[in-house]
Amino acid sequence: MSYIAIVDYGAGNLMSVHNTLDFLGYDNKIADTAEIIENAAGVILPGVGAFPDAMDALHASGLTDAVLKAAMEKPFLGICLGMQMLFEESDEVRLCKGLGLMPGRIERIKTDFKLPQIGWNALHIQRPNAMTANVQEGDYVYFVHSFMARPANQDDLACTTDYGTEVPAMVARNNLFGCQFHPEKSGEVGLSMLRNFAKLTEADR
Amino acid sequence: MMLAKRIIPCLDVKDGRVVKGVNFVGLRDAGDPVELAKFYSQQGADEIVFLDITATSDNRDTIADVVRRTCREVFVPVTVGGGIRTVDDFRDVLRAGADKISINSSAVKNPELVNAAAKKYGSQCVVVAIDGRHTGKTPSGFEVYVAGGRTPTGIDAIAWAKEVYERGAGEILLTSMDKDGTKSGFDLEMTKQVANLVGIPVIASGGCGTLEHFSKVFEVTGCDAALAASLFHYGELTVDEVKQHLKQKNIPVRI
Repeated sequence: MSYIAIVDYGAGNLMSVHNTLDFLGYDNKIADTAEIIENAAGVILPGVGAFPDAMDALHASGLTDAVLKAAMEKPFLGICLGMQMLFEESDEVRLCKGLGLMPGRIERIKTDFKLPQIGWNALHIQRPNAMTANVQEGDYVYFVHSFMARPANQDDLACTTDYGTEVPAMVARNNLFGCQFHPEKSGEVGLSMLRNFAKLTEADR
Repeated sequence: MMLAKRIIPCLDVKDGRVVKGVNFVGLRDAGDPVELAKFYSQQGADEIVFLDITATSDNRDTIADVVRRTCREVFVPVTVGGGIRTVDDFRDVLRAGADKISINSSAVKNPELVNAAAKKYGSQCVVVAIDGRHTGKTPSGFEVYVAGGRTPTGIDAIAWAKEVYERGAGEILLTSMDKDGTKSGFDLEMTKQVANLVGIPVIASGGCGTLEHFSKVFEVTGCDAALAASLFHYGELTVDEVKQHLKQKNIPVRI
């Protein structure tokens, strides 16, 4: 059986991601062991909350090595904080190391607008990729965050959104994807992007 | 560029069933909150609010089940209000899949609940609902009512909005008890005062009856979202009609 693993280290949006994959009809498993991640066709790293807490929780779960390995060899998607964790380090609460899978760091959004950014904002597609197929320039997706990624390599920046400053909304490099917004809460556009990701994994339907 | 202004239908739920449900064409069961949430989501609702008006205290399992079933089919944010009194109550409903929890009387009774919930789950999921009425008995003239808008508190509604913002609320759902049910338009004055004062999104509620009421509240007050219940339930306007109207008025919406 071929399935998508959703990494379970206590993140709040885990069930929402699971519901969405169920709705789209793709086999998926809540992954609380390294074995489930190793045997998966693709992996999703969800995340809500503060960066250091999430990194601590991931390390405590004993899944970090399996996550790092999976991110190098199969379709891998980080969502919201899960995307931020792909980077080298974050300033949130205290300086904290991330997974280091993408060069760059996480910083507080510098904007005159209200923080956190909570709501629907428009996607600007900078570099189309497999997940943005069928997504139109200006499509709205749902954001909840105060911190943002600063990819060191501009080629990794797939989509941005404008929140008084340019905010990276999506990053992509080969098999590795990260969405700052919540595709699982972004209506039809989000469903379409998750379907694109699921197709890449060739998980069973 | 700014965030899209949100249009939010609110469903009153009692014992797991929708109150005031109307049978729209194509709905299998107009009393099923899941069916209605799905229906509105397909119309373009940016968020769904469930207001649990069950009188008994053992209602949380029921509303949690409604949320759980909704989140299997509806992929926009879901907010739940009604009967949430403790930080533990937050946990149960969030685990069921809700994105935000709205508290009202319980925040007035115990303002520390706002701080505690924001600290534990993050400000983004703490919505404080304020029912305000113009009584002239407070400095701003607007007074907070609790218990479904029946009981005056003597608290200034504008000052209360500022206080909950400072305590860590992530959003304010501001309902005008004067306007609620009148279809004469939102309370622009109260909404404007709150929106100008707090650094978090404000949802205007109570009084909308026409398309122009929606564009007006966004043009005049600086609020971020507008909520309506019976207007949508009775099919007088659809979410899509409201959003098309806003788009024509150059107000950013998700279509």
